[in-house]
Amino acid sequence: MTDATQTPDQDAYKYGFSTAVEAVTLGRGLSEAVVRAISAARNEPPFLLAFRLKAFRIFQGMEEPRWANVEYPPIDYQAIQYYSAPKAKGEVDPAKYDSLADVDPEILATFAKLGIPLNEQKKLAGVREVAVDAVFDSVSVATTHQGRLFDAGVIFCSFAEAVRQFPALVERWLGSVVPSADNYFAALNGAVFSDGSFVYIPPYVRCPLELSTYFRINNTESGQFERTLIIADVGSHVSYLEGCTAPKSSKHQLHAAVVELVTLDDAEIKYSTVQNWYAGDPVTGEGGVYNFVTKRGACRGARSKISWTQVETGSAITWKYPSCILQGDDSVGEFYSVALTNGRMQADTGTKMIHLGKNTRSTIISKGIAADRSRNVYRGLVKVHPKAEGARNFTQCDSMLVGKECTAHTYPYIDVNHPTAQIEHEATTSKISDEQLFYLRSRGIATEDAVGAIVSGFCKDVLEVLPLEFAAEAHKLLTLKLENSVG
Amino acid sequence: MTLPGCPLPQPTGTMLSITDLHVSVNDTPILKGLSLQVPAGEVHAIMGPNGSGKSTLAKVLAGHPAYTVTAGSAHVAGKDLAGMEPEARATAGVFIGWQYPVEVPGVNNADFLRLAYNAKRKASGQGELTVKEFTPLLDAKLKAVELDAGWKERQLNAGLSGGQKKRNEILQMVLLEPTLAVLDETDSGLDIDALKVVADGINAYRRADRAIVLITHYQRLLGLVVPDRVHVLAGGRIVKSGGKDLALWLEEHGYDDLT
Repeated sequence: MTDATQTPDQDAYKYGFSTAVEAVTLGRGLSEAVVRAISAARNEPPFLLAFRLKAFRIFQGMEEPRWANVEYPPIDYQAIQYYSAPKAKGEVDPAKYDSLADVDPEILATFAKLGIPLNEQKKLAGVREVAVDAVFDSVSVATTHQGRLFDAGVIFCSFAEAVRQFPALVERWLGSVVPSADNYFAALNGAVFSDGSFVYIPPYVRCPLELSTYFRINNTESGQFERTLIIADVGSHVSYLEGCTAPKSSKHQLHAAVVELVTLDDAEIKYSTVQNWYAGDPVTGEGGVYNFVTKRGACRGARSKISWTQVETGSAITWKYPSCILQGDDSVGEFYSVALTNGRMQADTGTKMIHLGKNTRSTIISKGIAADRSRNVYRGLVKVHPKAEGARNFTQCDSMLVGKECTAHTYPYIDVNHPTAQIEHEATTSKISDEQLFYLRSRGIATEDAVGAIVSGFCKDVLEVLPLEFAAEAHKLLTLKLENSVG
Repeated sequence: MTLPGCPLPQPTGTMLSITDLHVSVNDTPILKGLSLQVPAGEVHAIMGPNGSGKSTLAKVLAGHPAYTVTAGSAHVAGKDLAGMEPEARATAGVFIGWQYPVEVPGVNNADFLRLAYNAKRKASGQGELTVKEFTPLLDAKLKAVELDAGWKERQLNAGLSGGQKKRNEILQMVLLEPTLAVLDETDSGLDIDALKVVADGINAYRRADRAIVLITHYQRLLGLVVPDRVHVLAGGRIVKSGGKDLALWLEEHGYDDLT
């Protein structure tokens, strides 16, 4: 906790500060004892301990995947702290915060500095009311507007809270979309996951507020392994936003989250992410977050819809494929993505659209921007199963290169097993050209505004599906990150 | 026509003054001692064979980073352009209608025009206009150059034909109201109706406190926009200057006798 990088705004990463708070940690390393200790620290019921232990055994039998087009030295999993909870004021149970009065003022100040309103009177970006779940290292410290949501029948709380209050719901759905055996990092998460958000929207309810979780890694020694589970029951609708930042550190931090979404008949989930984890030193590549995340949604019900929108601008390495399993007939999956890499960042990201039901439809719009010496990969799978009659997919994959030392790669996998499937794939690669910049400048537009306009134009199809306040933030973030890379 | 109590703006001397200008691209000299004076209120035409440096003149006035001034100077309304960034030249009143306007996909025409307009306002210490304030202004300008309202939602030059791009340049000119407009082959790629519209736009733009330079290969534009002076650029220098009749003479004889 003694990272001395109290220098916000020193460079493009203005969230690089860390906060001095007392934390309860479990020390370094991973073992069955650590898994049991995490469960005990959170007073978890037996089913959850059993889930963790099973995941841990699966994890032990797996090897770290190496197929992604990214390079990094081996991770020492015994050097990571698997649990770090900020101490609540004057009490012993770190996993429980009853009100904002229990939260360390330093943490409240941290979220205030990040522009995240934990006071219900304040609005996100001053635009409109959003319910916020704030996760600081391994623990959710506050969830706002819970009363108002509860009146509508909506459950929105930290994962730990859900385990205490609604264990049957958690037990029924946990691991139902991303089983621990799915992949190495999902297994690791299953064993050691800490907090995250839990959402349940009852039948035919349209969630009255946007829901939002803000993840902050503060302890530079610890990994973050949050788990988010969102269930939209029959005919319901919810829009969920996720934001993330971390302090600057010369060490790599591991972030291995799992997000599971479930929609039943006629339900809809819109999940938006603006990811801005610390990306490491732009010249040496030292430090930065390893963002190895499994996000998947299951359209279990007929006519249900899951839409992923992501703006990825941070992390040293990103390994992430938000996917949709289109099980219900006539269900719809969408993936809209902007992935920007600069400095020495590496991103291998994309989606999987698995068509199982009849007349299922999916849309993939991916915009990759690579600058400096970064590497930007789109990897996507469209799979049509033998029973998925009338499946349709449209994929548009565009890459933009800024500068001469970056690379962009596209790996589309298409696996079609039904003759009626209609699959379209379009791809382009372009350069942000000196001529475009000069043209705008010759009309009086300053370089940074010109870059912003060109990049926003390139990403337009994705930015316009983001919720309003996120779109403005994303635009600013993209412009800020590219300012020094152009011209 | 002069309305009572509403005098025409007074000419302000020389709008464009170029003295012995030498310009290189990648160490290859293109302009070799070009001198040119364009008084306020006048329209001058620059003609000349391919490769004589006409487009280089446009680029160097705009401050294109690939073009290096090795000697000489250029002043606009008395202001030395040396060392000025492209955006500063634009906000100071220099406008180039480009021969090949660049496509910028995804950028909405109206957004771009507002960005450019506000950049100019900002540079002159005025507040920026909101979309609501800007829209009626843009609508009036669209009407002036006979473009429909749907034009606002088009992408910046992407998906436009060559002729449409040129008309987009004229729209930008009438919106940004530069004091010096240099139009580089704005007439190429236009059909006869579009040429007429563009010529009307340029004629309407003529004013005692503005200067216009037309770079062109053809007499046909000069029949519609009658220039005060015609210059022949060859081998990187102005080799002959004359009145509007020089263009007709060139049409008949070509450049061979001059170079």
